[in-house]
Amino acid sequence: MAIANYDEKIPNNVDLGEDRRLKRALESWQPNFINWWKQMGPTLPTEDVYLRTAVNVGRDGWAQFGHVAMEEYRWGIFLAERDRDRKIAFGAHKGEEAWQQVPGEYRSDLQRLIVIQGDTEPASVEQQRNLGLTAPSLYDLRNLFQVNVEEGRHLWAMVYLLHAYFGREGREEADELLLRNSGSSDSPRILGAFNEETPDWLSFFMFTYFTDRDGKYQLGTLKESAFDPLSRTCEFMLKEESHHMFVGTTGIDRVVRRSCEVMAEHDTFDIAQYGAIPLAIIQKYLNFHYSVSLDLFGSEISTNAANYFTTGLKGRWAEEAQGDDHLLGSSVVEIEHLTEGGQITSREVSALTALNHTLRNEYIADCQNGVTRWNRVLEEFGVDFRLSLPATSFNRKVGIFSAIETTPNGQIISAEAFEAAKENYLPSDGDKAFVRSLMRPVYETGKIASWIAPPIKGINSQPFDYEYVHLA
Amino acid sequence: METPSVTSKRVDFQVDPNSYRHLRLKIDGEVATIEIDIDEDGGIKEGYELKMNSYDLGVDIELYDITQRLRFSYPQVKVVVVTSAKEKIFCAGANIKMLAQSSHQWKVNFCKFTNETRLGIEDATTNSSQVYIAALNGVAAGGGYELALACDKILLVDDRSSAVSLPEIPLLGVLPGTGGLTRVVDKRFVRRDLADYFATKPEGVGGKKALTMKLIDELIPKATFGDDVAKYASQLASSIEKIAPSKGVEFSPLKKVIDQDLISYDYVKIVINRALRYAEITINLPDGITAPTSIEVAKGQGENFYLLALVRQLDDAILELRTNEAEIGTWVIRGKGNKDEIINFDNLILDNRSDWFANEVLHYLKRTIKRFDVTSRSLITLIEKDNLLSGSLFEIALSSDRIYHLIDTEDETSTPSFALSKMNLGPLPMGNGLTRLESRFFGDVTSLEKVQEAISKVIDGDLALSLGLVTFAPDDIDYEDEVRLCLEERAAFNPDALTGMEANNRFVGPETMETKIFARLSAWQNWIFYRPNASGEEGALRRYGSGIRGNFNKERI
Repeated sequence: MAIANYDEKIPNNVDLGEDRRLKRALESWQPNFINWWKQMGPTLPTEDVYLRTAVNVGRDGWAQFGHVAMEEYRWGIFLAERDRDRKIAFGAHKGEEAWQQVPGEYRSDLQRLIVIQGDTEPASVEQQRNLGLTAPSLYDLRNLFQVNVEEGRHLWAMVYLLHAYFGREGREEADELLLRNSGSSDSPRILGAFNEETPDWLSFFMFTYFTDRDGKYQLGTLKESAFDPLSRTCEFMLKEESHHMFVGTTGIDRVVRRSCEVMAEHDTFDIAQYGAIPLAIIQKYLNFHYSVSLDLFGSEISTNAANYFTTGLKGRWAEEAQGDDHLLGSSVVEIEHLTEGGQITSREVSALTALNHTLRNEYIADCQNGVTRWNRVLEEFGVDFRLSLPATSFNRKVGIFSAIETTPNGQIISAEAFEAAKENYLPSDGDKAFVRSLMRPVYETGKIASWIAPPIKGINSQPFDYEYVHLA
Repeated sequence: METPSVTSKRVDFQVDPNSYRHLRLKIDGEVATIEIDIDEDGGIKEGYELKMNSYDLGVDIELYDITQRLRFSYPQVKVVVVTSAKEKIFCAGANIKMLAQSSHQWKVNFCKFTNETRLGIEDATTNSSQVYIAALNGVAAGGGYELALACDKILLVDDRSSAVSLPEIPLLGVLPGTGGLTRVVDKRFVRRDLADYFATKPEGVGGKKALTMKLIDELIPKATFGDDVAKYASQLASSIEKIAPSKGVEFSPLKKVIDQDLISYDYVKIVINRALRYAEITINLPDGITAPTSIEVAKGQGENFYLLALVRQLDDAILELRTNEAEIGTWVIRGKGNKDEIINFDNLILDNRSDWFANEVLHYLKRTIKRFDVTSRSLITLIEKDNLLSGSLFEIALSSDRIYHLIDTEDETSTPSFALSKMNLGPLPMGNGLTRLESRFFGDVTSLEKVQEAISKVIDGDLALSLGLVTFAPDDIDYEDEVRLCLEERAAFNPDALTGMEANNRFVGPETMETKIFARLSAWQNWIFYRPNASGEEGALRRYGSGIRGNFNKERI
């Protein structure tokens, strides 16, 4: 099946219309993608949605708004503008010209990095596919779909790299990205966290706040890559990723606000009976999503990460702003350490092998900003409760802390004690059932569900009661 | 270890009989004699003297040259006597000081070439009715006896002191690794425990004992040695039937130009990419060269007969790159020209196999392609526009570790292709006794039969891929990048691991004496060479001649 007029159908700044290789690759991939979207994308039938489409990378072009039928969304391929003088900023190739081609030596590693990143993008669409059925407002429904189409576009971005630079194997890997499915028992997504369904909107907001933020940091390190097309792709993706995190930040903000309003109205913490979400449940959701997102950073000590850095494939967050030699040959950092007796101390390790740990710490600091913001809402309402990030050691399945159990405060406890107290730390079946019970769709313009406050502003200066989505 | 100034000198494998320093070739009708008379001061490198008829690469280059000229220039010769011009010593083997000072790479490459020459001697005996006999007029030690073992018969002077020996293990802490151990048991059928005894006895075995142990074939009294050997040789010659003229084809020096990273011959061109450590070897058949109408015409062309000229150039190119370009780890092979003509050449040779000249060209081609099989370089063949590699020359592709076959979607009428010929079905076997197709499809008779049915079909990329004859068949969109990535990736791997992997994958199936020499014996030898017990400061090889014994790490590994 030939795609007529590529540049019209697939907005891009990669000369798609002139590139035989890309055209050939996309000719078979594009229909498979549409097919995948139909089968694995949002289940709620819609006529059109008020979406932002990137049509070029310029100031005005990356955010064009309008009602579009989702299947006709113009998933584009965009790389940030090329800096022709860009030099590699770190590792053994520091100071050399950035690579415009994949060096054969690093082909396998680069391909693997891109496949893993690419695999997470459609995964989240699959995880969130049923959420439209329970959207608290058309505004939120539109945001969900915006996130979904952009995750779809991020898949396109990774597929573009595979198609353009990795030859036959790249095309095969691109096909595989559509064949693995979140939660599938036969062919699951690569990373465990992306095989869990996002069951409700509180989880969705937590996911976009915490898990998409992990994505931001991973993209940030790939943005530093010596492989320039990957760097430029990730730079542009980061723009869109920030919107996803905005959905999370403001979503949780509005949930907290609504809970405060109901608490004030009824003068009680026990607001479940009034159709709002108690703060303790919000904290438990936060505990869960934060801790599983920390796992996505991998082991604290990682030779893979060290190799990726040394070979120039993956840098640090804001690499060029780091005030060191960008080689890390002899630098050391302190990381957490578990003694034989099971005590948490610290030890010095080579900074090169501790890159995952260093990146995770940047992430933790960033996560704290949202918590601070939500706590301001609590303060504003005079509520004597504060949300907090649990300890790094809490509920971990990856890294040194996977060997122990701790309370959210970081106090080491036995596995039995953890099991017994788990319902206090993490969403219990009852909590989940309660949250799910609140998830009833509100599709009426200007209306909103009981458990969440309306946003302060609409999208693109539109009012909250704008018809963001026309249902089918 | 060697100094850079010594290594920077290129080794040239082309020698002229008029300027041999170490060997003499005498022709007397059907009997030829090679006299070993090594010039002590004629080492190919500095730092050692070639005492006691000990040899180095320079001597072996002359020996190889002689074996080649005997087959092409003196086809009437039926018996080749290898003897020494020095008193009481036949040959003391490879020079120990030379081995001790050489780099590992040098030793391994030197031994490989030595092995190939010795197998060539056996090939002459088997396939050219040129039977080599070793006339040991004195001690044949180590490599000296290994050379004798490559001959069909071993005659030893009975002077109560001359002996044959393999003293490497007791004296040097290494193996008789250029075929010696293998030939003792696999060719001369010496019982294994006796072989053990023999190979650990530094002074070796002479006289009747050597005869009883089957280490030699004849014991000849000292007084009549010369006459008896001559008689033995002429009797042997008269028992050999062979139709060949008294005059063969002369070899003049190859026209070879070396200019920085370019090495070119008439039909072979090599361009070296030092940054990515690969050499592009292009085999050309210029327009206008066609297969002669008869073998007589071919013979008339002599050394200029295309196939012979090409093989000589390829042979030299392989040796040149192996010895002088150790860091060029990948050879990228292409052929350019009319591939149909190669099939015509193949038919000319195969239709005239009883002719001595066709026979020699065929076996020379076989030996040369075998060199690819045992070359410690990644071999990547590219089938591109105007591909020449077909039939016999497709064997070079089949010797490669990977074949990339371009599919041209822009111009489907001239998409690259090749054809197979009967040459691919037997006349050019590998050292393991199988054809390269049999090796390629080892254990997969169905695929092999399908390929055999495709003989003389035009095979394009799609067909080649489906038949399993090529590794990848990228189209013109992907091709260049796929090849680039492959070459770049190859350059990044541990060269030693590649050598091991390639040797493992190239040789499947049965073991022969030849594969045992190149794999089992050489691999052990190369490991022993590298161990401190042999080549460390206190190792036996390094200490030989110093009066101090080697100091061994006693662990058995």
